[in-house]
Amino acid sequence: MSAVATSPSYSQPDSDNFLVNSRGFLSWALTLDHKRIGLMYLVGVMSAFGLAGILALVLRAELMTPTKMFLSNQQYNQVFTLHGAIMVFLFIIPSVPAALGNFLVPIMLGAKDVAFPRLNLCSFYLWVVGAIFFLTAMLATGLDTGWTFYTPYSTTTQGPVVAATLGVFVLGFSSIFTGLNFIVTINTMRPPGMSWFKMPLFLWATYATSIIQVLATPVLGITVLLLAAERVLHIGIFDPAYNGDPVTYQHFFWFYSHPAVYIMILPGMGIISELMSVHSHKSIFGYRFIAYSSIAIALFGFLVWGHHMFTAGMANVTTIIFSALTFSVSIPSAIKVFNWLATMYQGTVKLNTVMLYALSFIFLFTIGGLTGLWLGALSTDRMLHDTYFVVAHFHYVMVGGTLVGFLGGIFHWWPKMTGKMFNETWGKISCLIVFVGFNLTFLPQFVMGSRGMPRRYARYVEDFQELHQMSSVGAFVLGIGLFIALGVLLHSLFRGRKAPPNPWGGATLEWQCASPPPYYNFKTPPRVNEPYDYTPLHFRGDDKGWEYVHPTESDAPRVDEVESKPATN
Amino acid sequence: MSDHATTADAAHGHDEHHGFAHPMPVWQLLAVFFALVALTGLTVYQATFELGSMELVLSLLIATIKATLVILFFMHMIHDKPLNAIVFISSFVFVALFIGFTLMDALSNKEIMEFKEVPPAAPIAAAPAEPH
Amino acid sequence: MSHDSAHDDAHGHGEHDHPPFLAHHFDDPEQQYDAGKFGMWMFLVTEVLFFSGMFCAYALYRSLHPEVWTFASQFLNENLGAFNTVVLLFSSLTMAWGVRCAQLNQRNGLVLCLTLTLACASIFLGVKAVEYTHKWDIGLLPAGSYVPQFIMANQHHEGISPWLIKLSIVPALCVVGFAGWYGWAVAQKRKQAAEIAGPLLITALAYFLGVGVGILFQNAEQAAHAKEKHGTEHVSHEATEEGSEHAEHAEQDSGSPGETGHGETSGELAEGETVGHGEVETVQLVSSPPLKPGATPLTKIDQPGGAGLFFSIYYCMTGVHALHILGGMVVLTWLLVRAVKGHFNEQYFGPVDYVGLYWHLVDLIWIYLFPLLYLIT
Repeated sequence: MSAVATSPSYSQPDSDNFLVNSRGFLSWALTLDHKRIGLMYLVGVMSAFGLAGILALVLRAELMTPTKMFLSNQQYNQVFTLHGAIMVFLFIIPSVPAALGNFLVPIMLGAKDVAFPRLNLCSFYLWVVGAIFFLTAMLATGLDTGWTFYTPYSTTTQGPVVAATLGVFVLGFSSIFTGLNFIVTINTMRPPGMSWFKMPLFLWATYATSIIQVLATPVLGITVLLLAAERVLHIGIFDPAYNGDPVTYQHFFWFYSHPAVYIMILPGMGIISELMSVHSHKSIFGYRFIAYSSIAIALFGFLVWGHHMFTAGMANVTTIIFSALTFSVSIPSAIKVFNWLATMYQGTVKLNTVMLYALSFIFLFTIGGLTGLWLGALSTDRMLHDTYFVVAHFHYVMVGGTLVGFLGGIFHWWPKMTGKMFNETWGKISCLIVFVGFNLTFLPQFVMGSRGMPRRYARYVEDFQELHQMSSVGAFVLGIGLFIALGVLLHSLFRGRKAPPNPWGGATLEWQCASPPPYYNFKTPPRVNEPYDYTPLHFRGDDKGWEYVHPTESDAPRVDEVESKPATN
Repeated sequence: MSDHATTADAAHGHDEHHGFAHPMPVWQLLAVFFALVALTGLTVYQATFELGSMELVLSLLIATIKATLVILFFMHMIHDKPLNAIVFISSFVFVALFIGFTLMDALSNKEIMEFKEVPPAAPIAAAPAEPH
Repeated sequence: MSHDSAHDDAHGHGEHDHPPFLAHHFDDPEQQYDAGKFGMWMFLVTEVLFFSGMFCAYALYRSLHPEVWTFASQFLNENLGAFNTVVLLFSSLTMAWGVRCAQLNQRNGLVLCLTLTLACASIFLGVKAVEYTHKWDIGLLPAGSYVPQFIMANQHHEGISPWLIKLSIVPALCVVGFAGWYGWAVAQKRKQAAEIAGPLLITALAYFLGVGVGILFQNAEQAAHAKEKHGTEHVSHEATEEGSEHAEHAEQDSGSPGETGHGETSGELAEGETVGHGEVETVQLVSSPPLKPGATPLTKIDQPGGAGLFFSIYYCMTGVHALHILGGMVVLTWLLVRAVKGHFNEQYFGPVDYVGLYWHLVDLIWIYLFPLLYLIT
């Protein structure tokens, strides 16, 4: 520990890197290394995404014509249910926190691992078990309730609701454990010198996400448990046949599922905060506002769930209150967008693949967010509820926001995770195709929705056919774009140039360790510095990337010289 | 949002002999236990009176006193770091939000006010109550 | 710091300044303890919110239909509830004492405390088993299978419920298994194994203690009521607070030989009703389901619709709570094994503390469940 290193060691033996430091199937299956668990999650969630994406393409293909092509109504119900359920529970919720978060949180903290490595592995296997439940449900008879499992239909349908709800229950635990692990890690394992306001914003976003995961997911757990009991024992809490109240089910469900929307989008926002700053080579604008707005979104998210139920038979007074509260969420969201844009102002913006994805995020998320205002307003929601307008709105947030942000994050940290650089040209092409395909898919859906095309219908009147066809073509373009992105990443594994420790010029701690990081992440505890101060970074050429040259020793005392634990903020 | 600094102070301030451990004195544990048993007796006793709507309030009040005793002494919150206390107590804020909004909506919703009688699921002889 | 990247073990044995119980990614035992404790508190937060769903359902339906709650809660035996409350409180005491023992490095004291805690948990479940099976016998089931309370003239539930016997199979097997293990360990002079098997045997036996106490309490109450009933011929006797037992036991006793007859039974029930509704109502004779030949016709207790919903919520709340007790017993057993092996000391008592926190939370939930379910008048 006493060794003094002026700059991180760039030449580490390859055997140290976490990918190859131990070999064999079991060394991965039983690993406690957060980086390997993160990568396993990445493979898992991307497989789930691929499966649900194919289901989406099946849906869009069916909707090319107003009449039946190859899916019966019942099959259509099953396909869109599984598309939604798999995307939500198996992909989006664990995507950024579990995959990228697992990889990055300890490294960004300069720690060796998360606080509870065994719990972390347990969480991954819970995810696997949940995924198996879902696949079973799909292969058995097909679930047709929609991903929301609304009663009373879910208590009467023939579909495998119990298997699916148990899957959700198990996945919920996976999510809780991940969130709990991150909160404890960030709270107790920050290195000396890293106060709360020297944390990278990704950590703030992860922290806010984790708060929601810990507070909201248990309610989902009890909801699906009661739903399973409703089916098996007819307990009657949600089933009107036994004096239950289906609207109460929706309250229970959305108390989780609305905050869950922020589980989905907050980590994406965290990624964008990093990407914007690094690729504009300029300190993030309004650090504290972005940090606080993450927490604010997490907390406001608990106050607005009723806006999913405006037409479900809520009392008038409650709808008004929820509608009013809904607009509060737009404030922190807008703060973030303004700060990202201000970060780019007068920065050295590089329009590389990562930055293109980040810009796409801002554009698409803004549309998604703004259309949310129509839906939050009580009067317009009466008309737009359960139309394609809603579908387009949340796809702009979930896909245009989270997925695009996730892709940007993967491209950004890919050199760190794998030690390989990807092909920039094809990366940019993939981003452009994704962007065009996405808008082609979902912009027409706003139009359809506002003209009255209801969601979840397998058939439609012919007037909508052109818009539906545009949307379907767009979906396939989007699919091609994503496929190219996958190809770019896989290609880099075999043909990619070796990545330097810091290819982009990031100032957060993960860029101070080797690419890919060694098993213990840091040979010596890293020097904690300002996460968005780029003045000490110097470009040493494509092969060596950026180097962090500490300005003066007195400015930032070395970690091992610091006696006391960090002051609190 | 404090952790390390306060930990160090709290731990070293209290008990030099046991590092960061802070064993509860036996008399405190016993006193709390007997207080809890007494309160249990009290709540059973008060349930024998007709108190109308006060009954629920009173029994919940006694339960809350008991819960506070358990949290403070058995769960050592009295010697714990403030962060842990804040975290735990804040969970009740969210419970209140959840139950509050849901009740506010459901209670002003006339349609579910009336209970109908559910016909028996099956004749008695075939009811699952019959284990034979 | 030696850089040893080759092993995947969480315990950094490669680093000599780390004691064996300290995971490699923590700096010192205190950081590890703090992290674990904070994590446990977070977990308790999730537990609180998990239970909040059921409390929400409870609050909703109780405030909509207080009369249903008053009626249905009569079927719960408050003496058993109070007994179980004290048992859980005592287990909390021994758990907290166990934490103290671990902190003071008192191995034997810790083992004793854990044994007592496990035994109390087991007694609790034994009592619960008696309560549950009694209700299953008389059709007090969740809404979907709830049987409106008839006076089941042909069903006199005396002796031990078949459900109870079924539920007791697993504990009985545990008794046999642990007894065998204990005997083997003693015979082989395996001190550690005996120290683990002994407490487990006690735990398994404690279940039957709980069952015994439960049956005793219920029989005592039945006896008290039979006596009371024979002492008074008319419905006018004092029964204001004891309505629940009347409703329950009128049904129990109505079929026994020497019963004064149908009319009095109805009177008894009307009385129970009076308490339930706060106003006098008459008992209806309803068309009864087909009966075995020779059986007396059934009389239905007049009751508010939706009484099954109370039992749905009752089973959900107490059932999930009982599952938590079972889970707690599993981790307590794990602690017991580690305690016997002498893993804990003043630097490393975290697991005992964390399990203690969990155990107290389970107790805490019961502290609320007891008055909310059993003590409604």
